[in-house]
Amino acid sequence: MTPAATGQAEAARRRASARNGWLLSAPALLILTLFACGPLLIVLVYSFLTPGQYGNVVGEFSPDGWIGVLYSRDIFDDTLVLADAHLTIFWRSVKLSLMTTLITFALGFPTAWFIATRPPKARAMWLFLITIPFWTNLLIRTFAINEVIRNDGIINSLLIWAGLIDQPLRMIYTDGAVLAGMAYVYLPLMVLPLFAAIDRFDMRLLEASYDLYASRWACLRRVILPIVRPGIVAGSILVFVPSLGAYVTPRVLGGGKNMMIGNFIELQFTQGRNWPLGAALSILLLVVVALALILYVRAAEGGESEGRHG
Amino acid sequence: MDLAIEALDVVKAFGQGTSAVRALDNVSVGIRRGEFFTLLGPSGCGKTTLLRLIAGFEAPTSGQILLDGADITALPPNRRPVNTVFQSYALFPHLTVAQNVAFGMEMQGRPKAEVAQRTERMLALVRLDALAARKIGQLSGGQQQRVALARALAPEPRVLLLDEPLSALDLKLRREMQGELKRLQQETGITFIFVTHDQEEALTMSDRIAVMQSGRVQQVGAPRDIYTKPVNRFVADFIGETNFLEAVGEAAGWRLACGVLIPGTATPGQRATLALRPEHLRPAPETGDLPLPARMERAVYSGTDTHWHLRLSCGTALTLRRPNSDAATAAPPNPGTDITLGLNPALVQRLED
Repeated sequence: MTPAATGQAEAARRRASARNGWLLSAPALLILTLFACGPLLIVLVYSFLTPGQYGNVVGEFSPDGWIGVLYSRDIFDDTLVLADAHLTIFWRSVKLSLMTTLITFALGFPTAWFIATRPPKARAMWLFLITIPFWTNLLIRTFAINEVIRNDGIINSLLIWAGLIDQPLRMIYTDGAVLAGMAYVYLPLMVLPLFAAIDRFDMRLLEASYDLYASRWACLRRVILPIVRPGIVAGSILVFVPSLGAYVTPRVLGGGKNMMIGNFIELQFTQGRNWPLGAALSILLLVVVALALILYVRAAEGGESEGRHG
Repeated sequence: MDLAIEALDVVKAFGQGTSAVRALDNVSVGIRRGEFFTLLGPSGCGKTTLLRLIAGFEAPTSGQILLDGADITALPPNRRPVNTVFQSYALFPHLTVAQNVAFGMEMQGRPKAEVAQRTERMLALVRLDALAARKIGQLSGGQQQRVALARALAPEPRVLLLDEPLSALDLKLRREMQGELKRLQQETGITFIFVTHDQEEALTMSDRIAVMQSGRVQQVGAPRDIYTKPVNRFVADFIGETNFLEAVGEAAGWRLACGVLIPGTATPGQRATLALRPEHLRPAPETGDLPLPARMERAVYSGTDTHWHLRLSCGTALTLRRPNSDAATAAPPNPGTDITLGLNPALVQRLED
């Protein structure tokens, strides 16, 4: 065969393999287009329409959905007023999600380290135990926490019975309760990627750094954390993203007053009867999360390359 | 005493009770300041355990480790002025070559300028100045080896521990690194404790060698002493090739089973094993040699040498080694030929057991 013919055959082979690739991924692409991009597009369109009287939307363009994200219209003179309540909800959502991420990391890192340093058999057992909470419905688990911490719940009853307090401690319907609930629910999502990263960590590096005069703290900060960083990034994303959109936990443990974005969006589609605002909030949440992720991953990579040259 | 490291009655047992294994069984050894000292032995002999005890990664079950006369048995590794070159190198993959080398000095809290200056000097010493900004994953095995050396030498340890550092390299590179290690040791003047199972490596590099087996030190000495005067069968067998001859003591010396008498002082009736290196046997007796009749079985050519496999009349197998430099005289007799070998009695070594 001449070189040209060989080249042609090679190109044909490549075209065929590319065609096969598209064919093979077609079902997945179809499902994604139909069930992810499609609905998203609908939500985007809805955010620019006018709310119907009993919910839903009417097909008439209106920017009010987006304006409503930050402003509310005065009922008397129709002027726009900055909606403090909305900002409070946004701020609480971000704050609680960040704190949930930090708490799950603080609890999850030692746990993942413990599991990764067990013998293989015990390790499988511990990983299995970590996944057990996933077997029960989230709603039921959250109501169980509610049962434990509410005013006439187990903890308060025990404390009163023991004579340590006269009045029940107020734990339910606080930010703390939401935080505890979210940390509990999302902890496995932090532990599993951390475990995967620590499992790959070469423990001999610890001996090397210990041999080179590093204290235990320096071993952790200078050797372990930088090397397991991908696991930390993955775990933080897996916890932060669902935390920001959390719905069940703040509803059951935070009550009506300690709302997060998820509850606020739901409100617009139910009692609020303001689907465009709900749609606008959903899109906003999506965009904010995407931006935050991009910035976070960039910063994590940047930190690494700074460590390389600094 | 001018000892850098001294192990005193060190015992290290792994496991509990009756299933406990003694990795080190009453080891006492002194390593002189500034020497290239090698712990040599087969795998499982305890040499790496002894190294890890000196580094501080393991604590002895009993006994003491002294550094320059001071007891360091209870000190953790990060407080011992001793650094290790690991068999796996254990270089930090997230750091550059220069950052790896600087790590120990930074942890010691040295001033930044000094760290930078010494890092540069250490990289020059191991000839890696051009690769300072590389990541570890971009280096070859030999280059990683040099980084590991520079990293361990940079904090100026009083003793450098090397745990089979050359075992992952191919033969040619290993030879090169052997020379490099020796040069570094002489230039820095630091005491090196080198662990290996390769007897040739130990002989060529060391000032002194400790031969270890099953948790005990069998013999300590200069390479020449270890090779020419092995104290027991294990050392004679492990270092180089050896012919073992069973003998019984008589008033005039040692009588071999085939009847030849080797003059010397012996206790009549006592049994002994004599060792004789294959290159010390001669194909024909020269002045002062004892004649030793043997039958030629086969000759094996191995490049530089030819090995003659022979058998004595009593059935003992014997090997003779001839360099191939002189092809005419070295031509081996045909198999089955009866010949008389020359045995220099001064080169026969009596073993303790």
